[in-house]
Amino acid sequence: MHTASNLNPLAEHAYHIRRYALQMGEIQGQGYIGQALGYADVLATAYCHAMQFKAADPDWQQRDRFLLSHGHYAIAHYAALIEAGIIPAEELETYGCDDSRLPMSGMAAYTPGMEISGGSLGQGLAIGVGIALGLRHQNNPAFVYNSMSDGELDEGATWEAAMSAAHYSLSNLICLVDINNQQADGHSSKILSFEPLADKWQAFGWHVQRVNGNDLAAVKQAFDTARHLEAAQPRVILCDTLMGKGVPFLEQRDKNHFIRVDAAEWQQAIAILDAAFNSGAQA
Amino acid sequence: MNVTVEKKPRLTTSAMIASIAAEGQRVKAAPFGHALVELAKERPDLVGMSADLSKYTDLHIFAQAHPERFYQMGMAEQLLLAAAGGMAKTGLMPFATSYAVFATRRAYDFIHQVICEEDLNVKICAALPGLTTGYGPSHQATEDIAMMRGIPGLTIVDPCDALDIEQAVPAIAAHQGPVYMRLLRGNVPLVLDEYDYQFELGKAKRLRDGKDVLIIASGIMTMRALETSDALAKDQVEVAVLHVPTIKPLDETTILQEASKSGRLVIVAENHSVIGGLGEAVASLLLRSSVTPAFRQIALPDAFLDAGALPTLHDRYGISTSVMASKIKSWL
Ligand SMILES: Cc1ncc(C[n+]2csc(CCOP(=O)(O)OP(=O)(O)O)c2C)c(N)n1
Ligand SMILES: [Mg+2]
Repeated sequence: MHTASNLNPLAEHAYHIRRYALQMGEIQGQGYIGQALGYADVLATAYCHAMQFKAADPDWQQRDRFLLSHGHYAIAHYAALIEAGIIPAEELETYGCDDSRLPMSGMAAYTPGMEISGGSLGQGLAIGVGIALGLRHQNNPAFVYNSMSDGELDEGATWEAAMSAAHYSLSNLICLVDINNQQADGHSSKILSFEPLADKWQAFGWHVQRVNGNDLAAVKQAFDTARHLEAAQPRVILCDTLMGKGVPFLEQRDKNHFIRVDAAEWQQAIAILDAAFNSGAQA
Repeated sequence: MNVTVEKKPRLTTSAMIASIAAEGQRVKAAPFGHALVELAKERPDLVGMSADLSKYTDLHIFAQAHPERFYQMGMAEQLLLAAAGGMAKTGLMPFATSYAVFATRRAYDFIHQVICEEDLNVKICAALPGLTTGYGPSHQATEDIAMMRGIPGLTIVDPCDALDIEQAVPAIAAHQGPVYMRLLRGNVPLVLDEYDYQFELGKAKRLRDGKDVLIIASGIMTMRALETSDALAKDQVEVAVLHVPTIKPLDETTILQEASKSGRLVIVAENHSVIGGLGEAVASLLLRSSVTPAFRQIALPDAFLDAGALPTLHDRYGISTSVMASKIKSWL
């Protein structure tokens, strides 16, 4: 792993997150690597810029809560938790193995920093409403970040929660949506059309930002705006991302819920990532 | 970071690949999808519907053959089942697919109120039954049969293998009314073609006779029961196997007949929680009928199960052939 001081520090964090995710993918020979690479910039911004937490004390009462509603993105979340110092890097060796703290799907009881068990999709935002209400009720200033996938926009419970969050003016609730235009059966736009998405959230009473989720400066700006907004309303950041981002041969590969990665390609991907980071660092 | 960690042997999880076929076992690809394509020829009222899981329930085979008869409902299971009910009210026969956890747990009231209360002709076909994925409780449908048994008028089918599925598809279509069928997807083991067997809705079938033990089983546990029977034969223990692919309505006559044969230990084996499944259904039938042989259950514990590799978990929770065989020996 390389470090460089003349780069945006978030770019370095995002690079580390991508690299950890690829290492975990190689261990199991599978995993949601397209999603992890696509979402790494958002996770880097959340964990290495926006959120308040104590790495050594994941249960600290005042911590911001990050809810991984899309539990299948666990590989990406573990990489971020490693980068945040909450999980030791050497533990990634155990990813997906029997009795590991890092199971394939994120579960609260297994992993420090994993707030919810999110694999049954479409539950996170409703849990987030409850946590945000509970924190506010107890004058706890922490924020709740509910992270979800675009497929979860299909679930009715998401919109029940969206309506409730606005009803309760939950200004301590920030929702992140990974719009990668991918679901299990195909492109999200072909499965159940959800556009115009910004208008929908707005109509539900939310403060809405839509950004290129792979443009770190834009993502950082959006996180800052969401956090410091005066208005008494919940905030959503709609992040358009590219699956496989950072590894051109994966960016270009046929998009699928599971992007195919051959055994030899994990190391190739890591090498490409390293080279790109090094040349960026020298530029 | 120069920390050296002790390397444990890695057992990769079968989380998503989730074929329950053992190495080298005979299999058939996507029996459900192909059976639907066959059935579609005779049943113009047949439509397919899925909640973003057509590829993972083999319904995509049907969708490719009949795109105009396939409806993608998005990842919205409550919508899927309520809309399937609505379609049925117009005279169509929807086959609606998802994973067993989501079809049952997420959409329970919709199945109960929309579909079953009006006795609508919807066939709910749900993949990853019981413990057939190592992905953890979110994907392990360990209580689906208990939930579905509680709904009046719902027929419940738990097929064993590819042959069972192929034959069950036209049979459940021929039955007017709601059906919940557990689905095996992808490369599905082929077992029952070696027996004189034909799926009949509502009928239990004896696959093998034996004087020491009777295993009453459904779903993949029938396959395990046959393997266990082979294993125990080497120890001169004779194990009979009664396959009960229809859990509700239960074939009480055949079960009572078999369980009444004196001297045999009766075991119910199911890929489901000990609570509310075939085991308890058989137990209450036997007690009500004053048939009281020695009785044991092989089933998943009343617990949230671990994530991990399927072979590990099947051993851990006692539904692998080797653990079954040793348990049964200890009971004799
Ligand atoms: C309630 C629920 N229904 C269905 C599934 C099965 N499932 C797992 S991932 C997935 C696709 C959902 O879309 P998204 O999360 O956007 O997919 P990705 O971007 O990772 O391809 C589906 C349908 C699930 N986990 N939970
Ligand atoms: Mg997606």
